Amino acid sequence: MKKTIDFTVNNEQKSVQIRSADTLLITLREQLGLTGAKPGCENGDCGACTVLVDDQPMKSCLMLTAETANRSITTIEGLHDTPIQKAFLEHWGFQCGYCTSGFIMNCHALANIHPDANAYEIENWLQSNICRCTGYEEIKEAIMSVLKTKEAGTSG
Amino acid sequence: MIPINFEYHRPTSITEAVETFQQLQLDGKGPLYFNGGTEIITLLRVNQFYTNTRAVIDIKAIPECCYTGFEDDHYIIGASIPLAQIETMGTFPLLGKNCSRIADHTSRMKITLGGNICGKIKYREAVLPLLLTDSELTIAGPSGQRHVPIHQVFDQHMNLEQGEFIVQIRIPKLFLDVPFTSKKQTKIDRISYSLLTVSAIKTEQQIRFAFSGLCNFPFRSQEMEKALNQCQLSVEERITEAIALLPSPILNDLHGSAAYRTFVLRNTLEETIAELEGES
Ligand SMILES: Cc1cc2nc3c(=O)[nH]c(=O)nc-3n(C[C@H](O)[C@H](O)[C@H](O)COP(=O)(O)OP(=O)(O)OC[C@H]3O[C@@H](n4cnc5c(N)ncnc54)[C@H](O)[C@@H]3O)c2cc1C
Ligand code: FES
Ligand code: FES
Repeated sequence: MKKTIDFTVNNEQKSVQIRSADTLLITLREQLGLTGAKPGCENGDCGACTVLVDDQPMKSCLMLTAETANRSITTIEGLHDTPIQKAFLEHWGFQCGYCTSGFIMNCHALANIHPDANAYEIENWLQSNICRCTGYEEIKEAIMSVLKTKEAGTSG
Repeated sequence: MIPINFEYHRPTSITEAVETFQQLQLDGKGPLYFNGGTEIITLLRVNQFYTNTRAVIDIKAIPECCYTGFEDDHYIIGASIPLAQIETMGTFPLLGKNCSRIADHTSRMKITLGGNICGKIKYREAVLPLLLTDSELTIAGPSGQRHVPIHQVFDQHMNLEQGEFIVQIRIPKLFLDVPFTSKKQTKIDRISYSLLTVSAIKTEQQIRFAFSGLCNFPFRSQEMEKALNQCQLSVEERITEAIALLPSPILNDLHGSAAYRTFVLRNTLEETIAELEGES
């Protein structure tokens, strides 16, 4: 019942043997060892498993790996020294850290897709992720700082 | 992890999808059309519903299912268009507004319009604007393609023949920008299942109303609309008459008791009528 899927993960071409019923979250963690995407609810509610699929945020527990054939996946392991990662450090955007990779992936996508996002868009996007440690204010400050930096044209 | 195994098919045409369904049905695989897949994945994971499924047919690579645009007197939205896209399209603001209150933004990148209106969940708030605007559905199946008024196939649930799927939703152009209101009330959080959603549009003749979260299914009721449009009565009397005409008992669950829902319904209807009757 296994089949082979080819896709790009963090800019590397990968070929994996999967069950059609495997979610992207399971494949990333158990076959590719990319444990940055976290299983929280596995029900679409918490956002801890968020990754980018063709640069758009997606909950990897809500996607079959089979759906991602020939597409490009980015996980937290694929981000290096991005403005949003630095902003999370500078603004104390995490406590236990379980939600952090999901938040960062969503914020990273928002900053790239809507660098000039208004208050409504920021809330609308960020409400997709839940932080059990309730560090929402700090997380919001982190994303605001990146959007402002973008506005000032000083970051990529 | 999803405990059962199933085959995954991704046809690129309507004909291929229908033929694949028929073959898998003959093979005893209990095939399911798979759109955003979020409901199928989450319910299979907890082994609820869809448990006889041994094959899914992903319809997102079918060009017609991903189409949006105008055709004659209709605005067409492909059944595989994600809710997040509809939210930003601006062509049909009422549908955009309802979609923007379903789930959260990242989930809406995956949940599709076709999936929402065909799903098992009782809310299906995207269907309300389609019921209010007498939209049509393009349905494909073993006996070909047909355009059908939504009222003919949607009664509490989408009632399709075996092997059929919705390719497109056709909204009459004349309703795209009529005055409307849509109010989703939730128990606490902004993102949550609906305690009550009331969507309404104002046509030349009257105000039309559709509801979700009130009964066990989303609906529009002509009888309730008649009661609510009796301008010779006070708004309070109209609402009392309309509540007596509900098609099924008011939900009484963790999101709210039936008594609380009735209270919220009265207030929401009062606000809706005041806003739309005030519109010139
Ligand atoms: C985190 C989360 C929050 C949610 N919150 C809400 C909410 O607030 N309000 C609400 O209304 N819903 C909500 N939902 C439920 C969601 O809208 C439904 O489960 C919907 O069915 C998912 O759409 P999908 O495209 O992923 O469907 P799928 O999982 O692909 O399909 C669902 C069902 O519809 C059938 N189907 C899909 N497309 C078609 C088609 N074109 N023709 C015929 N049959 C088809 C499938 O065979 C299946 O039976 C939420 C879901 C999640 C994951
Ligand atoms: S684990 Fe995917 S949303 Fe919670
Ligand atoms: S930092 Fe602990 S869940 Fe967010």
